Amino acid sequence: MNRNLKTFLWTCTLPALVLFLVFDLYPFVRAILMSFYSWSGVSDVKTFIGFDNYRTLLHDPIVWKSFKNNLFFLLVVPVVTMGLAMLFAVMLMRSKLKERLFYRTTFFFPNVLALVVISILWSFIFHPTFGILNSMLKGIGLSGLTHAWLGESGTVLWALAAPMVWQAVGYYMVIYMAAIEGIPPDMYEVAHLEGASQFKQFQLITLPLIWSVLRITVVFFLIGVFNFTFVFVRIMSDGGPDHASEVLMTYLYGQAFSNGNFGYAMAIGVFMLLITVVLTFLSEAFMKREAIQY
Amino acid sequence: MTNFKSFMANLPARIVLLAYSVIVLYPLFWTVTASFKTTTEFYKNPWALPKALHWGNYINAFNKANIGAYFLNSVFVTAAALAISTTLAFMAAYVIARYDFPVFQWIRKLYMVALFFPVAFKIVPLFLLLNQIHLLDSLWGLVIVYAASSIPFTVFLMTGFLGSISKEYEEAAMMDGCSRFGILFRIIAPMARAGLVTVIVFNFMSYWNEYIMALSFISTESKRTLTLGLAYLMEVQRYATDWGALFAGLVIVMVPTMVLYALLQKQITSGLNVGGLKG
Repeated sequence: MNRNLKTFLWTCTLPALVLFLVFDLYPFVRAILMSFYSWSGVSDVKTFIGFDNYRTLLHDPIVWKSFKNNLFFLLVVPVVTMGLAMLFAVMLMRSKLKERLFYRTTFFFPNVLALVVISILWSFIFHPTFGILNSMLKGIGLSGLTHAWLGESGTVLWALAAPMVWQAVGYYMVIYMAAIEGIPPDMYEVAHLEGASQFKQFQLITLPLIWSVLRITVVFFLIGVFNFTFVFVRIMSDGGPDHASEVLMTYLYGQAFSNGNFGYAMAIGVFMLLITVVLTFLSEAFMKREAIQY
Repeated sequence: MTNFKSFMANLPARIVLLAYSVIVLYPLFWTVTASFKTTTEFYKNPWALPKALHWGNYINAFNKANIGAYFLNSVFVTAAALAISTTLAFMAAYVIARYDFPVFQWIRKLYMVALFFPVAFKIVPLFLLLNQIHLLDSLWGLVIVYAASSIPFTVFLMTGFLGSISKEYEEAAMMDGCSRFGILFRIIAPMARAGLVTVIVFNFMSYWNEYIMALSFISTESKRTLTLGLAYLMEVQRYATDWGALFAGLVIVMVPTMVLYALLQKQITSGLNVGGLKG
């Protein structure tokens, strides 16, 4: 390699690489190492304690409660979001509605809003006294159904899941629409001539042909859910009432920044990481099908 | 007759789609109207429209809640992080897309894996790192971690775009005696404009809307970004109950993304197909 070229290549790649190594990879590795220490973060005293943090974790009831809540979100939010997204995508692509662009633009819009804005907005929708949900229920004579949605342990998880779905549906809908667009239209024409119903067409043409896209979105979404539940939970319920909506990330955050248990917090983090990895593999295995070419 | 038939066939779909449109749009409409309501109006009936446009909420948001300063902080952090991440990732992506040396392909793979790092996982060690290098509670610290966090994604997306540009242009420019950097910035960059706009829009959204890192790394009131300021405003208003200012704040945060979305709607939604998923 001539010297001139070499200088050029490294001038181009090194700055980004250094930034990445120092502020992405290093913290990542350090987090794993930290989970084996007992450390308050402020003092210089760091004691290596092996797997003690993990032992504590296994016997911490709040960890398991948070874990269950994480699983709730990981299951409910993707299923509902992707179900709706798929339904809307099929409706928009298969029926030739004139106002198609309007729906596409509208449904996608919540996705560009800040999660903080969405969380605050939905806190008001669920507000017990002047929220629009309760006042709507009263207006149509269903006062019995009103709740302090974010303040009751029975409703809080569902109330948190609603805005998560609301903000994500349009994003996945647009992806599925693009995937459906790639299917040759003559396949549907043939199916139509053969007398296949809309549902059969979906089951036998649409679904198998966009399966690979669906599979990737599931994996991406699972990771996304882990990241964004923090903002919703923190702003809308702060883990309450009585840890009923605590998730691992909010618990980790409290352990680190309120209680100063940095080592323990990172053990929770590694636990989270393991869950993400396991879920990714599970969903990959679960959704494995022969790829269909057309 | 066929017109009527197709209208009826589409009716169920249309009802479902319209119903969901209301679910999306009404909360947004409600936010905007609430930002013009007086406190008494706010408590009276959540469904009613304000009697008059009560701009006082916006004035309060700027004067008492310091939204103006937060706005400037957000503008600064977003602009600086965009400049850094776009430039660095563009240069790196060019080399990765064009030069087939193993080392650059390894770097590419490293970035691919990093796409899957959960953000939450590195907050605590980043906090400690920033503390050590005296960039905690600093807007520049925020700029650097924002830029770093989007390097893998930006390189990944740009590599795809740059790979599709024909090599002939560079060869021709090289014959004319143009330097390698000259080629990169004067020939490739303008040709990759669509790709650059897409990554800038995506990163703009993620920086402008970011909350977790700002919450963790910024402690001085005057250094808050908009989302952080808004979250604090919400906590304060629980006791002060000046809801109007909070809603005005929500609208102020929403407006820039709304404008951008209106202008670049196509780029944002088509970037999804090129970027995240077909790779």
